[in-house]
Amino acid sequence: MPKSHQCPVFDYRRSPDQDAGQPVRHPVVVVGAGPVGLSAAIDLARRGIPVVLLDAENGVSDGSRAICFAKRTLEVFDRIGGGQRMVEKGITWKHGRVFFGDHEVYHFDLLPEEGHRRPAFINLQQYYVEEYLIERLDALADADLRWCNEVVELAERDDGVVLGVQTPEGRYELVADYLVVADGARSPLRKLLGLQSKGQVFQDRFLIADVVMDADFPTERWFWFDPPFHPGQSVLLHRQADNVFRIDFQLGWEADPDVERQPERVIPRIRAMLGEGVDFDLDWVSIYTFQCRRMEHFRTSARVFFAGDAAHQVSPFGARGANSGVQDVDNLVWKIERVLAGRGGDALLDSYDSERVAAADENILNSTRSTDFITPKSPVSRAFRDATLMLAEEFPFARKLVNSGRLSLPAVHADSPLNTPDSADFEGRMVPGAPCLDAPVRVDGNEDWLLACLGDVFTLMVFADTRQGCPAGVVDAVERVRAHERDLRVLVVADGPVAGTPADAVIVEDPQGLAAQRYDARPGTVYLIRPDQHVVARWREVDAALINQAIDRACALAA
Amino acid sequence: MSTQYLRVDPRLERGDDVYEALVEMHRDLDEEQSRLANARLILLLSNHIGDADVLDEAMRIARRGVTE
Repeated sequence: MPKSHQCPVFDYRRSPDQDAGQPVRHPVVVVGAGPVGLSAAIDLARRGIPVVLLDAENGVSDGSRAICFAKRTLEVFDRIGGGQRMVEKGITWKHGRVFFGDHEVYHFDLLPEEGHRRPAFINLQQYYVEEYLIERLDALADADLRWCNEVVELAERDDGVVLGVQTPEGRYELVADYLVVADGARSPLRKLLGLQSKGQVFQDRFLIADVVMDADFPTERWFWFDPPFHPGQSVLLHRQADNVFRIDFQLGWEADPDVERQPERVIPRIRAMLGEGVDFDLDWVSIYTFQCRRMEHFRTSARVFFAGDAAHQVSPFGARGANSGVQDVDNLVWKIERVLAGRGGDALLDSYDSERVAAADENILNSTRSTDFITPKSPVSRAFRDATLMLAEEFPFARKLVNSGRLSLPAVHADSPLNTPDSADFEGRMVPGAPCLDAPVRVDGNEDWLLACLGDVFTLMVFADTRQGCPAGVVDAVERVRAHERDLRVLVVADGPVAGTPADAVIVEDPQGLAAQRYDARPGTVYLIRPDQHVVARWREVDAALINQAIDRACALAA
Repeated sequence: MSTQYLRVDPRLERGDDVYEALVEMHRDLDEEQSRLANARLILLLSNHIGDADVLDEAMRIARRGVTE
């Protein structure tokens, strides 16, 4: 347990289910209270779906573990509640330095695009993220988080999944309509089901250390290839909240993990790196190896879904573990909600599998490439790596090839069966399947953000112009779409105040024109956005029949 | 043989000079240094060519000639 922060420990509490005499049925059970399972449970409970979250232990992550939370993940946290607190606690950085041997090869500024609420990513210890999510979940009436509840048996029946749960007070059973498994890389439930996650094991070991110090290191990411204080290997230094620095040392496959994790081995390594005269405390140490692998399917049966590390694992370079897991459940939860309510076809649940398997493959590809650069597997591979680093000092083109982890970007579900293909010409990145881009806007005279206006139901975003007013036919079309999709949210985005808008539409002023620019919009352009804030269809003019068809398609409902 | 992207018609006017320079680049280098120099050369030329289709085709032909 880290010393820099007193992590909470949670009490086992007896559930009425344990005294019910027969297994109690729940619409959704989530297994694993890490960032992924917690996000799933929060999203479900917010939508009014009673959810039971089971965790075999009773605390948060020991050590910092997943420290980089990417923009898209923060946007999901904003949607389900809690993003602001994490950004305030976390460290936002945009400068990095790359060293090769005894000198700096180059430094970079990520120069993030202006006009987004969230930065490219923050550094925040996983235990803080979990603690904040647990507090958020506790505030929701439909959530039931049960610590020290270990699933030890699982049977799939036609009418539900029966779980045998072991507690400190003995065993009980419960039944779930749907089961979301987010119990981590070793996934006991995957083993219970006799399923496998297949891929490549990387023959390398890494030492990770959380170190507390008052050093005046700038808030930058430093990456060393083959440094004098750790020859032949790589080292990464990141700053986190509370003056905790995270250091990752590559050790090589021959290293003995039991020896290397001893403080008397770790402290000299850190001292060699920081230099004499820097006071530090060792907060937490771990040794890890990693794999790049995934399960064949993430929907493994009619009622069972795997998410996060349980479903897919990547190397840590590029921060694609927790980030992709949170994006998994962002994708899954609204689909479960629709199907439970009889408003989505069963194939909607299959689209979780196809969309997130494709996203996992993209993450595995990117992180495998980073790993091959950081730990070359052959003399030739090493020669190319070293040559790239040497050239990077002189030539900007080679800097683009240096790969110490690529920025984790959300997947674009361009091939999703839920999308309605474009029938008009559009430029830019907001293709069907893309996660919506943010933009600074004004609502009711207050500064706001476009993503905050989208909410988490189907949203129709109509672009208009203040001089011409709301495009003709929009009021009528929205009425016809609302008759089909009762909780549709409607935004009218314009350069200023706009007249003639549908009742209940949110008027979104786009004073800088950035929303219109990012969505390649003209007055009359319409976007249909999924409850997880991905674009699913768009047109140059409003047509209720086409919108209704697109909603049906996006919910896998037969026309 | 015909190629799709890669030019394989004779293009080097002073071919003997270029050939000699390629060998000369490795003078007094040990095996590891030579490998590094080759890698630097390939990266520099790859960026100069700037066309992934050309490079892919060249790599395929280069490898095929060794493995067949």
